[in-house]
Amino acid sequence: MNAPIRRLSTVVAMLFVALLISTSYIQFWQASSLNAREDNRRTLLSTYARERGQILVGDTAVAVSVPADNEFKFLRTYPQGELYADVTGYYSFYGASGGLESVENAYLSGRSDKLFYRRVSDILTGRKPQGANLVLTINPAAQQAASDALGNQRGAAVALNPQTGEILAMVTKPTFDPNRLASHDLGSVDTAYQELNADPSRPLVNRAIAGDLYPPGSTFKVVTAAAALSSGRWTPDSELPGPASLELPQTTAGLPNSGGRPCGPNDQVTFTAAMEMSCNSAFGWLGLELGGDALREQSAKFGFGDQLRVPMLVTPSSVPAELNQPQSAQAAIGQYDVRVTPLQMAMVAGGIGNHGEVMQPYLVKSVLASDLTTIESGRSSTLSQAITPAVAEQLTTMMVKVIDDGTGRAAQIPGIQVAGKTGTAQHAPGAPPHAWFISFAPAENPTVAVAVVVENGGDAGDAASGGRTAAPIARAIMEAVLR
Amino acid sequence: MTVVSRFRPRRGRNVELALILAATAIVVLAYVNVGVATNGQVPSSLLVLGGGFLGIALAFHLVLRWRAPYADPILLPIATLLNGLGLVMIHRLDVAKGRDIAEGMALRQLMWSALAVGLAITAIIILRDHRVLRRYTFTAGLVGFVLLLLPLAPIIGTEEFGSRIWIRIGGLSFQPGEIAKIILAIFFAGYLVQARDALSVAGRRFLGLTLPRARDLGPILVAWVLAIGVLVFERDLGTSLLFFGLFIAMLYVATERISWIVIGLSLFAAGAYAANLMFSHVQTRVLLWLDTFSTEALQTSDQLAKGLMGMAAGGMVGTGLGRGRPDITYLAESDFIFPSFGEELGLVGLFAILMLYVLLVERGLRTAIGTRDGFGKLLAAGLSFSVALQCFVVVGGVTRVIPLTGLTTPFMSQGGSALLANWVIVAILLRISDHARRPLPDPSAPSPISDAPTQVIKL
Repeated sequence: MNAPIRRLSTVVAMLFVALLISTSYIQFWQASSLNAREDNRRTLLSTYARERGQILVGDTAVAVSVPADNEFKFLRTYPQGELYADVTGYYSFYGASGGLESVENAYLSGRSDKLFYRRVSDILTGRKPQGANLVLTINPAAQQAASDALGNQRGAAVALNPQTGEILAMVTKPTFDPNRLASHDLGSVDTAYQELNADPSRPLVNRAIAGDLYPPGSTFKVVTAAAALSSGRWTPDSELPGPASLELPQTTAGLPNSGGRPCGPNDQVTFTAAMEMSCNSAFGWLGLELGGDALREQSAKFGFGDQLRVPMLVTPSSVPAELNQPQSAQAAIGQYDVRVTPLQMAMVAGGIGNHGEVMQPYLVKSVLASDLTTIESGRSSTLSQAITPAVAEQLTTMMVKVIDDGTGRAAQIPGIQVAGKTGTAQHAPGAPPHAWFISFAPAENPTVAVAVVVENGGDAGDAASGGRTAAPIARAIMEAVLR
Repeated sequence: MTVVSRFRPRRGRNVELALILAATAIVVLAYVNVGVATNGQVPSSLLVLGGGFLGIALAFHLVLRWRAPYADPILLPIATLLNGLGLVMIHRLDVAKGRDIAEGMALRQLMWSALAVGLAITAIIILRDHRVLRRYTFTAGLVGFVLLLLPLAPIIGTEEFGSRIWIRIGGLSFQPGEIAKIILAIFFAGYLVQARDALSVAGRRFLGLTLPRARDLGPILVAWVLAIGVLVFERDLGTSLLFFGLFIAMLYVATERISWIVIGLSLFAAGAYAANLMFSHVQTRVLLWLDTFSTEALQTSDQLAKGLMGMAAGGMVGTGLGRGRPDITYLAESDFIFPSFGEELGLVGLFAILMLYVLLVERGLRTAIGTRDGFGKLLAAGLSFSVALQCFVVVGGVTRVIPLTGLTTPFMSQGGSALLANWVIVAILLRISDHARRPLPDPSAPSPISDAPTQVIKL
């Protein structure tokens, strides 16, 4: 019976070889894909167990991990909750989402390749591994002012430093409390998430850089004006036709002024005055003269169509291609299918203020390791030269007039020259218009550029206009930065 | 007169002692490791528990010196090490679940270990010669079948985790299948020693195989019906596979005929295939096996998926004892103790554990080869193979080689009945190996009679 026993031992060997292979397959070859699975609770717990880096505004943490007395070791908290919700995003069981928590996850979690040597030294010195900290460009006073001024109205406000591209404020309403989503109570996180997701006002969307975008209304006239002045065919003193309603080719519909009256005597108006009173027919006529392509080219120079990262991805603003003549006239006053983000309009204002040079906007001033040494710092870079300094100067003068004598008087700041443009964008028949305002100050050497949009007229409803509803908000933000 | 050189056969008892000390050292180190990793301090109960553990192993060792001095010296240290590692992991899971040592599963398991070793020692002392067992061949057969089918009995039989393999009397629950495994191995060995001539010689050749006569097919059919019955009514593929595999292996060892293996495997495959067509619980197992991560499977049970993710989390070298999260997997201390080790000791640790099983089985099979009587050969080979097959069924189940079934990992899984059974297997193997390695009485040794001068009768 010894021969079959020896053969039986071969069978035993084969059984164990199968087990050696299966365990090797799982723990060696399959391990990384299993660890990467979304439903892998062990991976989730191990990311929670590491102290996540802070997000700092000035010296104040707006997102910080505090030790928790449960299996997750750390709880992510947002001390100012809603105020910075759209900047920070949130860190929950569903992973980091929205805002910097998501796009800078590699730094915050400490898994970035740039932190490799620090991780090695952490292991060698026995130091607890920590994520890196982000210091933001946000100006806390401006952020607070923007949030307060918008109040409970739906909309968004963005403030930039036009000379550097630093984002000074980014507010969107309605917003949410990220602490609810970062809770360790899975049930309440689920409830909160479902509630927020189902809310028709879409509080999870950062309207300043994403979402469905807005028609810019008359604020787009500065882009049209930039194209017109750059063409050399017109100067700020040129006389333009400004009838009560501009007759459009190929259609019976006209392009009326908002007041229903002509913009000047004999249906004529100077370029500067047309800007001051936001004359639709004059700008519509410029649109016809310039054509859709010129408008598209000029807007592209301001950054339309670019895939921007601030570092969150910004939805590109757009002017539709292949516009026919009536559509060009509509687009020239920011109607038809022109769609913009508030950030893009702040870049337009900032570019004009910064002598035609549009800076790349950014939110992260520096990345600090847990020992506060700098790993990376944000640097100003030029995105484009949208217009010549000469044209920028002409446009600035026109936009100062808008504030001093025109539709934007509500944005005046005593002792400081402000340049701006109002906008009142029709977006759906019967619905109150979106109120817009873009501006920069001080006009000669601006340190702040602002774009504000209030959806559906905000509290003013049908009576809303850019000058009445949005301009005071922009002024509050500019004052917060300049004081 | 020829000069006969007499040598002292190697008993290996000192080797055994050294290995037991080494095994205990590993277990104690692992226990300290868990304490430091979870609490930051060396457990205060170290001396008592470590000392108690060493005491149990040393007691067994001393009994072997006394009653089975030629027994295989590797078996006991391996069993000690596996049992100890199991205890450490169960303790580690107690810690993870926040259970105090007094109310935890580890202390109960330690008491079961002591009881199991006590039973094994008793078996070594009482059972002076394994051939005695052959007298009880048919009694064993009857008892074995009854034990196997006992969970189907009303009142005492209980269904847990979808398998009906438990009996509950009063507060005690027990898996009779574990003991039935040994008793049936005794029955198979006794029966096959008697019947091997008829089973191996008679028959006609067909396609290179010697097919048995129809009337000799009886026993294999009975075993098959029993195995399929266990599969269908107790819903336990593991036990079914284990018994049928054990029977086929012993049948093959007894008869040396490949045809039995072919017949047996085809019968089992046909039965399992039919069961898969007919019974939803078998289909569920197959779904979980083949498509573990599909939404449908995860809704039924994510246990296997969690176990796999645990092993993946361990990777090559593991998280270290006390530093992983094996408690996330359901039944991490019993059916899934192998993935628990995979998570904390890594692939390296699992290879080491599998090698321990290979060594244990290999020493058992070597005992089978070395022993001189047919019954002992069959019994040792059968018991060793059952350990190997059980490892394959349970480890193969959690690593997706075969569908997952509810068997215990020998010596390591939490659970008293399995521990008792495995220690008794070790006792029987030790007894047979003592017999196998014991030197034969020297035929050339001078007997007292031959030296005596021829008696001259004086009248």
